[in-house]
Amino acid sequence: MAQASLAHASLPGSIFAPHSTPAHEEHSLSLFVLSICLLIFLGVSGLLVYALIRFRARPHDTAEPPQVFGSLQIELSWTIIPILIIVVLFLGTARVLFSVQDAPEPPTALDVTVIGHQFWWEFRYPKYNVVTANELHLPLSTKSDPRPSFLKLTSADVMHSFWVPQLGGKTDVLPNRVNEMWTDPLETGLYVGQCAQFCGPEHAKMLLRVYVDTPEDFEKWIKNQQRTQAELAQPHMAMASMPNPGNQSAGPVPPNSPPTHGAVAAATSTEATDAIDARNGQLVFEQQSCISCHTVAGTVANGRYGPDLTHLMSRATIGAGAALNTPGNLEAWIADPNTFKPGCLMPAMHLSDRQNAQITAYLLTLK
Amino acid sequence: MADQSLPVGHGIPSGQGIEAALDRTPAHGGRGTYLEVIHSWIVTVDHKKLGILYIAYALVFLLVAGAEAMLIRIQLIKPHNDFVSPFTFDRLFTMHGTTMVFLVGMPILFGFGNYLVPLMIGARDMAFPRLNAFSFWISAFAGILLYYSFIGGVGLSGTGSAPDIAWFAYAPLTEKAFSPGHTTDYWAIAILASGIGSIGTAINIIATVFCMRCKGMTLMRLPLLAWLYATMSFLALVAISPLTACQAMLLIDRYLGGHFFDTQAGGSAILWAHFFWIFGHPEVYVLVLPPFAFANEIIPVFSRKAIFGYPAMVAASVGIGFISLGVWAHHMFTIGMTSFGNAFFTLSTMLVAIPTGIKTFNWLATIWGGKVRFETPMLFSVAFLFQWVIAGLTGVMLSVSAWNWQLHNSYFVVAHFHYVLVGAIVFMIFAAIYYWYPKMTGRMLNEKLGKWHFWLMVVGFHMTFDVMHFPGLLGMPRQIYTYEPDRGWNTLNFIITIGAFIQAIAVLIFVYNMVHSYFRGEDAGPDPWDAWTLEWATASPPPAYNFAVEPEVASRRPLWDVKHPEDPDSAFE
Amino acid sequence: MATIPLEHGTAQGEWRLPSRGTVAMSCLITAESTIFTIFVVAYLYYMGRDVQGPTPKEVLEVPIFYTVCLLSSSFFIWLAEHAIEHAKMAAFRLWWGVTILLGLTFLYGTAAEWYKLIVHDHLTISTNLFGTTYYSLVGLHASHVIVGLIMMLFVMAFSLFGAVRPEHAYRVKTLALYWHFVDAVWVVVFTVVYVVSRQ
Repeated sequence: MAQASLAHASLPGSIFAPHSTPAHEEHSLSLFVLSICLLIFLGVSGLLVYALIRFRARPHDTAEPPQVFGSLQIELSWTIIPILIIVVLFLGTARVLFSVQDAPEPPTALDVTVIGHQFWWEFRYPKYNVVTANELHLPLSTKSDPRPSFLKLTSADVMHSFWVPQLGGKTDVLPNRVNEMWTDPLETGLYVGQCAQFCGPEHAKMLLRVYVDTPEDFEKWIKNQQRTQAELAQPHMAMASMPNPGNQSAGPVPPNSPPTHGAVAAATSTEATDAIDARNGQLVFEQQSCISCHTVAGTVANGRYGPDLTHLMSRATIGAGAALNTPGNLEAWIADPNTFKPGCLMPAMHLSDRQNAQITAYLLTLK
Repeated sequence: MADQSLPVGHGIPSGQGIEAALDRTPAHGGRGTYLEVIHSWIVTVDHKKLGILYIAYALVFLLVAGAEAMLIRIQLIKPHNDFVSPFTFDRLFTMHGTTMVFLVGMPILFGFGNYLVPLMIGARDMAFPRLNAFSFWISAFAGILLYYSFIGGVGLSGTGSAPDIAWFAYAPLTEKAFSPGHTTDYWAIAILASGIGSIGTAINIIATVFCMRCKGMTLMRLPLLAWLYATMSFLALVAISPLTACQAMLLIDRYLGGHFFDTQAGGSAILWAHFFWIFGHPEVYVLVLPPFAFANEIIPVFSRKAIFGYPAMVAASVGIGFISLGVWAHHMFTIGMTSFGNAFFTLSTMLVAIPTGIKTFNWLATIWGGKVRFETPMLFSVAFLFQWVIAGLTGVMLSVSAWNWQLHNSYFVVAHFHYVLVGAIVFMIFAAIYYWYPKMTGRMLNEKLGKWHFWLMVVGFHMTFDVMHFPGLLGMPRQIYTYEPDRGWNTLNFIITIGAFIQAIAVLIFVYNMVHSYFRGEDAGPDPWDAWTLEWATASPPPAYNFAVEPEVASRRPLWDVKHPEDPDSAFE
Repeated sequence: MATIPLEHGTAQGEWRLPSRGTVAMSCLITAESTIFTIFVVAYLYYMGRDVQGPTPKEVLEVPIFYTVCLLSSSFFIWLAEHAIEHAKMAAFRLWWGVTILLGLTFLYGTAAEWYKLIVHDHLTISTNLFGTTYYSLVGLHASHVIVGLIMMLFVMAFSLFGAVRPEHAYRVKTLALYWHFVDAVWVVVFTVVYVVSRQ
């Protein structure tokens, strides 16, 4: 599990704590707009307060005041001045809008594909053939060594929205459409966010964790993610699955396609014994319907509906942030995900306590 | 016996003679049995009765949607709260929004329009009284259908099939694949029915304003309220129709196997967003123009001055109507439009601030040089002015598309639109009720209770909605049933909930005032506020025929001319 | 706006207001046009985006004859309006009846076309995007034709009983305005569906 501190721990979602170029530009623009609006507010409300005090009716004064019906000059002035203010605001906005949205992608950029699901995030790194879930790792980008991350976002089901405030504004995630955004994190650390488009009952718990690593740490993380569980196979696993080192496509991955690393191997007909250990856990995992939704690269499990579990233990949380990734929580989650996230699309499988413990033991080995 | 209305324009005695000319006997006696009274209300085609029916219906739903808001705020008072389940919470915020827009906002504003427009233009009734009645009853049916959803489907436990798809019901969440139950269907059909009622009333208002004016009332002598209601009705015509189309498309997808929003077949989720907001944005102007209309009538009377810049106000109002048709995609800056598209909608949205600003400055200029009286209607109007300026400025902030990428779908947006809906619209609705309740019932609302209502609303409103901007700025998205404790949102949410309770108390005081004053309120007489438009030239409540003799007007303030024959407006227009 | 008193001549002209029926029907037409616009936009947006299934080019035949029927009915209803304005009730009934017949012919044409598309070409509202947008747009128009024909049949019936008199010309014109709108919409629908999307 990556050791990282929450950037700006007390207000980790603040849009006034920018840590990337787009976030900085949006931040400066916001201060500019805020100042203009504050001046307008003070001016208009000041006049209003003054008028209400100065022109209040005095007691016993029943005469009507002079009736004034209008003035063309005044009307023109308070038409022209707002037009000028708007020209200024619009030009300021357009500058940032075009510079952020239409920024070209440099060759040093990292490509990441983001796929929104109800209620979790899938992340793919096409050039590295890595597939993971819910916790995104991005490399640090500095002036001397710029490594911006260019994201392509799409959805496997309904509309979602990818929002990590300190790394930039949000981008909506739609089915049958690829949206694009970029960020260049300028400081290492852990950044948090969450889905920002209502997508169903557990929209609130579709959280995001973005770890910004130094280039070295990022390489280490990628290398680990690239290893299939067959390569990492413990002796007791040799019977359960056959390794396949093959790894094919190098281009961007369309959504809902099979995982690119590891391949289907023959399922075993061995029966699990009563011992609560990883070997039995893997047998139960592969013989129950877990594998119809989940992938563990290098094994027979290659379901795409739920998060990729190949390196589950490299993540700090489970259920897209619904709970911390501890053995106790893991076992409770498997027994009934609705304890943490009522309405999430993983059903309670109604396995025995023994089977739940065995599966947990297996999952704990997926580092 | 003296006539129940003033024969404006036909040689009336000036000064004290007016009072003698008018029969002030409140029309309370000789109404018949209870059954006859109820029957008369059910079969009525009288615009005044229908107006009151609309307003009463809306106030009932205001309490219901307000209760839904209280439940939402209780759930959000602390992080990881389990007061309601996520399923219930999703229904609560969907129903709160849908109810407030379609069963409170639209009906109450159409109700005031129904009541006031014919009176203020010196007409006998609306242009199409039976269409009027039909529109009301279909809207009423729509509300009942929408709320039936709570017990339809799985029944009361789990809150039935009440809609849980958010008030803007984005596709494809609403497609059969993702919403297999009936929640979407209740939403679509109820709103479709209510839309038919709204279009009927909009047609009626436009036809009334253009075709039923009394003699001498040229378009440039129309009360500004009539101008704004005509503009709002035009907007309703071209805005509600797209929503009707949306719902038809959704129902075709859900029941006839259509693919309008079916992304598997090549359909597009963005299309729903565009079509919905083509309705949604003009809709909020439909909701805000009548409150502007109330301000245009109330502020001059309580400042004792004519509205400043009448032609500019007409131009600004109509301009707001037209420009508001071209800004809808500012709700979609994050959906992936091109940078050119984003820039276009930034500019068009900023442009709508120009006529809006003109109106605000004209109100300021109306107060300037006047003699301001601070009875309850004016208190609410003053609060409206301040709050409107803030709401408009946060709207300008949201129009800045590059910053909108941070603010969109956060609590900053929720704060902004509640500032408009509550701070501007509801406050002006309260002002209008305090101002015209005497005309509708013949009784004054209690001033002391009115002031309690006002100050508690101000405190509660600001406690909730000023503070609500901050969780948005700190990254809190909207429509979430709970939130993480380590984001710094906890105390803010707590304060927001307390403010909601204070507003609830204010509203309860207001309801008590309305009921108590109906039986015990001070007698109002025809013109308690010393105002200048035609509705004050007849008894309170007006007789069924409104005016015994059709008025003839020569200026924008016919009663000013009557009360000040030495200085009539007609000399200046 | 001045604050100096102005001199006015007293305007003693007739007090004229627009007619309620025309204003109301124009408002209804505005609202309905917006609904049609949304369906037309959906049709245009989805052109060429079908994943499978028959395309417009493959299955649509241009309904020239039925279009001529519908559009010419606008001329005949105009003749009927003219007749009742000049108190020629027999002529009114004749032209009104011709209009109704032409409208019914158009409806028959739509029904025949849909029969061919559904039974022979296997195109339904659920086949693909073209099916969905085509049937909803043409169907929306056809439903407006049906409503118009029902109203016109009522007027025909009233007229045959002698209840329609020259002083009702204004009401007849209001209904005729609706019928002209229905025809104008068909011009747009025809262009979009049978001309543009068959390219």
